[in-house]
Amino acid sequence: MDVFDIIGPIMVGPSSSHTAGACRIGKYARGILSEEPMNAVIKLSGSFKQTYKGHGTDKAIIAGLLGFNEDDERIRESIEIAKKEGRNFTILEEDIENTHANTAEIIMTKANGEKVVIQGSSIGGGNILITKINDAKVNINGLFDVLVVGHVDIPGMVYKITKVLYQWKININGLSLHREEKSGNAVAIIEVDDKIDDKLCDEMREVENVKYVTLLRSLK
Amino acid sequence: MKYASIKEIINEAKKNGVRISELVKISQSKEHNVSVDELCAKMKKTYEVMNESIETGLSKKSNLKIEQNDASKIYKKYVDDGKSIFGSKVGEAVAMAMAVSEVNAGMGKIVAAPTAGSCGIIPAAIVTIKNIYGISEEKVIDSLFTASAIGMVISNVMDIAGASGGCQAECGVAQSMAAAAIVDMLDGDYEQIANAVAISLKNIEGLVCDPVAGLVECPCIKRNASGVINSILAADMALAGVVSIIPVDEVIQSVKQVGDIMDDRLKETAMGGLAMTETGKICTFN
Repeated sequence: MDVFDIIGPIMVGPSSSHTAGACRIGKYARGILSEEPMNAVIKLSGSFKQTYKGHGTDKAIIAGLLGFNEDDERIRESIEIAKKEGRNFTILEEDIENTHANTAEIIMTKANGEKVVIQGSSIGGGNILITKINDAKVNINGLFDVLVVGHVDIPGMVYKITKVLYQWKININGLSLHREEKSGNAVAIIEVDDKIDDKLCDEMREVENVKYVTLLRSLK
Repeated sequence: MKYASIKEIINEAKKNGVRISELVKISQSKEHNVSVDELCAKMKKTYEVMNESIETGLSKKSNLKIEQNDASKIYKKYVDDGKSIFGSKVGEAVAMAMAVSEVNAGMGKIVAAPTAGSCGIIPAAIVTIKNIYGISEEKVIDSLFTASAIGMVISNVMDIAGASGGCQAECGVAQSMAAAAIVDMLDGDYEQIANAVAISLKNIEGLVCDPVAGLVECPCIKRNASGVINSILAADMALAGVVSIIPVDEVIQSVKQVGDIMDDRLKETAMGGLAMTETGKICTFN
């Protein structure tokens, strides 16, 4: 635990869970997309749905998608900024079953038409939990660097992927695997203790049957 | 350190013969691989933002949707004219807590302590005590580490969010942290810190989160005002030797239990309490 999670963050009001946490969820979604988000549908559920107008939750998530931090006073004008930049962001009020009270789902459409979906909850004091990336159920708190490694579901892939991390002396603190079907597309979501170098990602991309590598920087 | 209970923290501090603030600094330094100096520098920055938010709230109008800018009203006229019932110190504490809370409501910059909805309580408490006793900045910053230890323990027991546990989980936690900071600034002992936390929490246990029109304005801003006074009250009682019959860790457990039992309509959904009063229902904004 971090003392500055409790006395902090330094942020733009009015709500750590509904504004700062929401901004962080948006920023995390931006990182996962790994290109400028131009089109997104943002579903607000539970308490987010009930009170987003008063808490600026919509402004905060959009600010996050624009890459703003939670202490950036431009959060107030994020909707206008997004419009001016020709981005198409839509807010939907829609409950998502079996989720935390403050939950948002962000469905982003890439330039090539591909959709990327993330679900995140704001669990208090600005802290967040990313619970879904596309079809994969995850548990990412944004405190650590995370590697998302898309690969083919064949024997030896975990060995090959973790071998690269071992060579860079990176300690893994969480690892989960998801696949669409046997021998089909799979994804490894790896949380690590140490900062990841971009060169490590390049090396990982060279591994046979690795399809893509996305590095999600910690929010710290 | 796991911050599992206040008792654990106090035992650990006693064993090492250090203040709670020192214990937090050492354990955070190890856990996050940063120096104690870096931690203190970051806390100093945090303290500066707290002070800026007080200044801003007392001198400028915030863009509020339904409430008035009352902090400057209390500060400039009422307190300055010597009208405040308990004297200027109480009036100033109230004005400062409301000032920060108003800045927050107007989407200005504040320190969430522990949340934004409760952000006025800790700054107002520590600045009030600093001003009365002329306490050094270093000691004030140390007291923020002590306060954070309390917050970390509570956050291990429950979510610190109105949506999870009502106002007691935000303003309540802020008050208990502020009470601990005050006792620490005034050199109270470990048990007095524990009792101040217990007493402040008991005084607010059960408070619901019922924001009118879903805004962090009514009743939040005024609850920051009552919150700073409750933190001073609890610290005063503990320093006078008053003991909480229910030990602090059990009080924390009971606050969590009350939060779990609490109806969802009273947890930041604006579907109950003041939000659903005749007047509350017609409060709208653009």
